[in-house]
Order: sequence, then structure tokens, then C-alpha cells
Amino acid sequence: MDFTLSKKHEMARTLFKEFAEKEVKPLAQEVDETEQFPRETVKKLAKYGFLGIPVPKEYGGQGADVLTYAMCVEELSKVCGTTGVIVSAHTSLCCDPILTYGTEEQKQKYLPDLASGRKLGAFGLTEPGAGTDAQGQQTKAVLEGDEWVLNGSKIFITNGKEADVYIIFAISDVQTDARGRKKKIISAYIVEKGTPGFEFGTKEKKMGIRGSSTYELIFTDCRIPKDNLLGKEGKGFGIAMHTLDGGRIGIAAQALGLAEGALDSTIAYVQERKQFGRPIGAFQNTQFQIADMATKTQAAQLLVYKAAQAKETQKSYSVEAAMAKLYAAEVAMEVTTKAVQLHGGYGYTREYDVERMMRDAKITEIYEGTSEVQRMVISASVIK
Amino acid sequence: MKIIVCVKQVPDTKGGVKFNPDGTLNRAGMLAVMNPDDKAGLEAALRLKEQYQAEITVLTMGLPKAEEVLREALAMGADKAVLITDRILGGADTWATSTTIAGAIRNLDYDIIITGRQAIDGDTAQVGPQISEHLDIPVISYAQNIKVEGDSVLVERQFEDSYHLLKAKMPVLITALSELNEPRYMTPGGIFEAYDKEMTVWGRADLKDVDDANLGLNGSPTKIAKASDKVRKASGEQMTLDPEEAAAYIFEKLKEKHVI
Repeated sequence: MDFTLSKKHEMARTLFKEFAEKEVKPLAQEVDETEQFPRETVKKLAKYGFLGIPVPKEYGGQGADVLTYAMCVEELSKVCGTTGVIVSAHTSLCCDPILTYGTEEQKQKYLPDLASGRKLGAFGLTEPGAGTDAQGQQTKAVLEGDEWVLNGSKIFITNGKEADVYIIFAISDVQTDARGRKKKIISAYIVEKGTPGFEFGTKEKKMGIRGSSTYELIFTDCRIPKDNLLGKEGKGFGIAMHTLDGGRIGIAAQALGLAEGALDSTIAYVQERKQFGRPIGAFQNTQFQIADMATKTQAAQLLVYKAAQAKETQKSYSVEAAMAKLYAAEVAMEVTTKAVQLHGGYGYTREYDVERMMRDAKITEIYEGTSEVQRMVISASVIK
Repeated sequence: MKIIVCVKQVPDTKGGVKFNPDGTLNRAGMLAVMNPDDKAGLEAALRLKEQYQAEITVLTMGLPKAEEVLREALAMGADKAVLITDRILGGADTWATSTTIAGAIRNLDYDIIITGRQAIDGDTAQVGPQISEHLDIPVISYAQNIKVEGDSVLVERQFEDSYHLLKAKMPVLITALSELNEPRYMTPGGIFEAYDKEMTVWGRADLKDVDDANLGLNGSPTKIAKASDKVRKASGEQMTLDPEEAAAYIFEKLKEKHVI
């Protein structure tokens, strides 16, 4: 067993770190304060291929692997959680399902634009009554001639108004089983921005990741071509769950980055900040807090990288992804909270990055499957 | 069109500086990066490639770990890489270095050779022009803009507050300034490709028309008497004065120390 990164992964990390420091960090505070989607940064991410890292070259991607993609989200999130989730939602929740379930025509049509960043992607599963209970969907899709007609709404959609291509889930049929129980049949669809009947609702005002564009999507007699069905009709629930397995690796990487960013800031701060004539890092309480933060962050990194490798080599990686996301998210929350505490009063002000990081960290315990959902996935695999 | 870009792996200024007992730099013990002027030279070559479909060969001389800067150059978009490494070539000054690099370049086809103006570790700005002398081709140094016109290059050479516009027939050697451009980042896909590419590794035996007497530490006319890390002696004198008073004060001090 070898825990050292290959030279190409080391070089990729150097690239992501340099890009994050120079292009992303200087804007992080402003993006948070103004709740403005960082469009210029996204253009740069596109230019350097960061929006198609695990997509094969034949579809206009970078042809790199999942670990490289996870490291990219990690390094971006170290300095800006908003930028991290933009890349994660686009890559894991839009490019990946098209790559996995799309027909050759769909891949040729959508992936080159998405992987090159000419277009941005999003994913719509959640509804007001369907969060963890994804079966609680209300959005309907009815086939009329050569078109599917969508009606309903989706909420909390990352990259909401900024995206161009959306993976949308809807009930395409209701079947009755032998005992007379009704079961919703869910299918997945590719919907493009600008389709008549597809509009944006409310923009969410959030605690953290405030620069990410989180919107309600509204479908009113929205007609899309029959060919925009993604995967087989009725297989939407499986597509959603499998896509979220991959998405969780991205969010786990985001959480990891937030923890690392907060840890780095705190290590620097405790060596500068003096109380009672000594840097606070000279006190054993501080040292022990930092030791715990560093250990847990390192453990989170190992789980995230293991999950990324599992996606590369295994057919199923649900449990690895769930463990990585559960642990990294909780570590992010704990480490950022401790970081604020060690910064004292200054840490509670917006002058210091750790305040933003703590707000950004909270969502990693909630979206793409709450920590409770991850525990359900993990326990189901352990207790058989 | 064929372009050769010479790059050097230099100590990262963010890391510490370590010396060998003979006064030369202990390169193996330091963090390393691509020399900034060389990176600008590579970027200039990449832009020429985009405009005129050139093939870029990036070349370096150094320890085996200098391979890293070549991989970086490939990840940025260079096509081929040549690493010149051999124990016998170690400890080279600018003369021995330029002799070695020219010996390697004699094996290659080229229209333009681009080097950085100078490396941040030696700051001599000699290697580029010396290579051009060895190869008997024209040199245009301190380039701040490069264009190709037919069989010639049109180069703006930085000169104090103005520039000279020079035209030279190819083959030509150009030394680039870091102000020339903002080098691009690598791409993740470029990195993956860079590690799949073959790298040419040459030793002493592969150098053409060079004499052992001009190679390595023994072939280096420059002898380093002493080298040391810069140690700050004191924080200096701090004054708060009006601009006019300050100028007069500084003037007096400089006169006192016979600087002016």
C-alpha cells in the first residue's frame, strides 16, 4: 500500500494551488459579501480545463481521473467554498450522468460544450416535498408525440440561473403493483436553458456558499424533445442515486478543502497572535486543538482520496463516497468552528476568512445527502 | 517552424538557499521552479505556435530532477523535451553551460531559439548570448515583443524607457523578459499527457562538437571564492520626514558614504 501521490498528481496539485491562490482567493470575500456568482473566475476555470477534468478527451474533456478532479475541488475550496461547489455540481451532477447514461448522440451534443466550460451544468432532483425522500417528487413528465411535457418545480438548485444544461428528474408514470399500491416511476431528462416553459423562481439567500447561484426552477408545460430522455425511461431514481454517489466525492472534497483552509489560517494565526506575552500557539490548549484538527483533516483526506480512487476502479462506490462525505463534512464543521474559536473575537468578524469558512462548511453536512442519509447508506452496507 | 526553448530549474525563492562546500548551489536540497524569464520565453513560443503552427522543443541541463520543469513545459503545451544530464557536466559556469547546450542544440533543427534573459539564481544573463555565439547565429536580447515576418523575426528589445525594433533572419536566438507576457497555467489534461510523453535524455556522449576542457566544473573559468546567504544586518534607520526634507536627508547620507 502506497500513500504517496504520483508525480502527475503532485503537479496537478501545484497547478490547482497556484490557480486558487492567484485567481480565486483574492475574490473570495467579495463573492461572499455581494452574493455575486464569480463569472470571470468560471471563465478562467473553463480556459484551463477545470470544468472537464474527468471527462475523456474524445468528448472534449481533460482525460484526467477522479482523484485529480477531487484535488481540484479541494484546492479551490481551500480558498473559496463557492468556487468549489460550482465545479463539483457541474462536473459530478451534470457531466457525469451524461457520460454514464447518455446515448452517443447526447454525449456528442452536450459533453464538448460542458467539458470545455462553454456551457455550465446543473442538476434538479430536490423539490419542496422531496428532499431526503426523493420518491416524494411531484414534477411530472408526459410524452406527447415527439415531446416530453414537464410540469412542476425544483428547489435549491446549485448553478441554478447560471447553468445552460440541466439534468431534471420527473415522474413519467405511476404504476400499481400486485397489492394495489401505487408507485411513482421516475425518469431523467436533459433540459436546456431557454426552453419555453422553463423559468427561474426565487433565488435563495443562504448562510454560506453565498456566491453560488441557488435557484428554484419552474416548469410550466415545458416541451423538450423525446430524445432528451437520459437513460432508460423509468430508471431515473437509480440514475439520481448513482449520480449522487459521485457528487458526494465532490462535496467531500469541498468539505476537505474548507477544513484545510481553516487549519492553514489558524496555524498561521496562532503563531502571530500574542496574549500574556506569548504567541497563543505556545499554549498547550492551542497545540492540542491544532493537533486534533490536523489529524482529523488528514483522516478526511485519506477517505476522500480513497473514494475518488474507488470511483475510478470499482463499479459500486456508494459506501466509500458516503463515508468520505459524512466524515469530511463533519470534520469541516468541527475544524472551522475550532478555527473561529482559536481566532477569538477576530474570528467572529468578516475580516478573517475562517468566519466565512465556518458558514460555508455547514452546507456540506446537508446537501447531496445529509449526514443522516450517509449514515443510512453506510449502516445498510455494514449491518446485513 | 521549429522553436527550441531553453529553460532552467531554479531554487524557489520561497524556500531556503543551501550551498555545497565548494560554494556552488545545493540544487538537490531546495524546492525548485521554472525560471520566470524562461517561462515567459516558453509562453512566447507557445503563442508563436498558436499563430504559425510551430513545433516546440524544450531543453534543459541539470540534475535528473530537472525533468520536472520539462514536464511542466510539456503540460503547458510544448511538444518535445530534451534533458541534458551527466555527472561530468556538474558545477558548470555560464561558459561550460552554454558550450553544453550548444552541443546539444547542434543535434536539433531550429528556426528560433528562445532563452530567458537571465536566471534568478545566477543573474548573469550570459548563457543565451553565449549559445548564439557558439552556434554562430544572431541574438536579440531583452525581447518584450516577438513577431514573425516571412523568414525573419521582428523583435522589440527593451531599452530603458523606450525600445529598439530589430529585425533578424532566422535562425536566431532571442532572450525573453518576464515582462514579455503572463505565462499560461498548465491544464490537468496537459499534465496527464506530459507524463505519457517520451523524454529524450542526453549525456556527454550526445553533445556535438564540444571539447571536454570546456565542460563541467573543470571547464568553467569562473571560480567562486565565497558564497553565502544574505543576512540582514540591522533594520536600518527609520525617519519620518516631509518629502523634500527626506530627499535632502537621503542626498546628504549618500554623499557622506561617497555613493554620489
